[in-house]
Amino acid sequence: MSTLRTEEMTLNMGPQHPSTHGVLRFVIKTDGEVMREAIPDVGYLHRSIEKIAEKVGYHGFMPYTDRVDYVCAMFTNQGWAMACEKLGNVEVPRRGEYCRVIATEFNRLASHLLTVGLMGMDIGAMTPFLHALREREMINDLIEELCGARLTFNYMRIGGVGWDLPPGWREKALAYLDHLEPILNEYNALFSYNKICVERLAKVAPITPEEAISYNLVGPNLRASGVKWDVRKDMAYSVYPEFEFDVPIGSGEWGMLGDSMDRYMMRIREMGQSSRILRQALRQIPDGPVLGKVVRNFKPPAGECQVRVESARGDQGWYVVSDGTSYPWRVHVRTGSFAAMGIIQKLSRGLMIADLVVLIASLDVIAPEIDR
Amino acid sequence: MEPLQIYERIKQRFPDKVLEIVDRKPDPFAVLAADAIGEIARCLRDDGEFAMDCLSNETGVDHKDRIEVVYHLFSYRHRHGCVLKVKLPRENPVVATVEEIWRAANWMEREIFDLLGVNFEGHSDMRRILMPEDWPGYPLRKDFVEPLEYHGISTVRESPIIRLDQKKK
Repeated sequence: MSTLRTEEMTLNMGPQHPSTHGVLRFVIKTDGEVMREAIPDVGYLHRSIEKIAEKVGYHGFMPYTDRVDYVCAMFTNQGWAMACEKLGNVEVPRRGEYCRVIATEFNRLASHLLTVGLMGMDIGAMTPFLHALREREMINDLIEELCGARLTFNYMRIGGVGWDLPPGWREKALAYLDHLEPILNEYNALFSYNKICVERLAKVAPITPEEAISYNLVGPNLRASGVKWDVRKDMAYSVYPEFEFDVPIGSGEWGMLGDSMDRYMMRIREMGQSSRILRQALRQIPDGPVLGKVVRNFKPPAGECQVRVESARGDQGWYVVSDGTSYPWRVHVRTGSFAAMGIIQKLSRGLMIADLVVLIASLDVIAPEIDR
Repeated sequence: MEPLQIYERIKQRFPDKVLEIVDRKPDPFAVLAADAIGEIARCLRDDGEFAMDCLSNETGVDHKDRIEVVYHLFSYRHRHGCVLKVKLPRENPVVATVEEIWRAANWMEREIFDLLGVNFEGHSDMRRILMPEDWPGYPLRKDFVEPLEYHGISTVRESPIIRLDQKKK
């Protein structure tokens, strides 16, 4: 038998590949099914949001922040509002902070539901996606009642939130949580502990804690590697110190610490914790105004600051430089997906092509957040 | 440690490399000599006293007379962070890369190169990241003027409202 001759091939994946979570492109160097390397090519969704910030002023930039990450826009809203408040020394009323926590935690649930569903779809199971989206739809309805939008919320303002909770909303929200909590177990029974899912995800592309920190992975991706770090707990902002919740971390129970299964399970477990926070927040919410007094022509004194918000895709850093005028001098947002994309090239070496899709899904990469 | 304490400690070790410590609210920062960033960064990461194992953010700011590269460092072990800056001339800004020290710098430096035109010496993959390879100029510079077209594709659009107005006439 003559020996087979093989050669390296260059394949193009994307930018319109259905499972790349937005418009992403990979240049894959491969010999057969095993990749030599996958080189990410980003920028297809670059909308120059940071440059726009320099032209539209502090209040005017709020709707644009929704577009930084449209899957969890509440967090980008909050990050921008918190950066401005820190620069301008603005006090947020307590009810306003509670509204923020409630809105962001619901958004985290919605975002994680999408991630869990997409994980199913990316490895070829359509049903979990539909189940997850069914539950996500109800959150969208709740948030729509809150702020009138289902995706790009523009709910927060510098100094608080735009609108108070509508009458009767609290009861609806609690009823939804009663509905969701048993369903999380259903997801586990249907999908997470399914033999196919575990075999497909376990031991795929593990990330060591040192690597995760060096590549600046954040949020669930970092915690899946066993680093116990949650901005809500460790650099507490807003009213998070008033709530009791745990920070789940990866333990390598499916074979390797920080593998795709660990990263996937982070989302399921965080949903349980979000639900816990929401119950406490909905119970404890005080009365009072939701929006502090902020002048229309907001001019923070010259200075700079960085604030960090625990978004659904992890620690989001807003760096804002003010020169004392009504337009920010420079705005930069460091997002979780940007960091996560940076590690894909390294992890892809020696991975199967089909596992690249698993890797992207487990890192929960969202394209607009990379490109901004 | 508080950021100001960290800057003082760095100054004790590298007396002539820390040019300035600016104690300004909300975030104080230290300005370093541009040729010392690699050396100081390595010390900050490896010394157990600082243990800055994470480069949480690296970005650039155009100040019209100079370009600043800003490093936000963070230590997961000690839970403290600091802000370092280097000032570079606007004409041909070059600074050493910190990619070898923190892997995250690879992409962040590519972004700074792409949008502000700072060259990072020793970087393994200095390509544009967000803009097309042949894009003219650096968009986040304050004097950047967007070209009117890119490969025959117009980048401007007449306002539809003006068009309606002209139709009426």
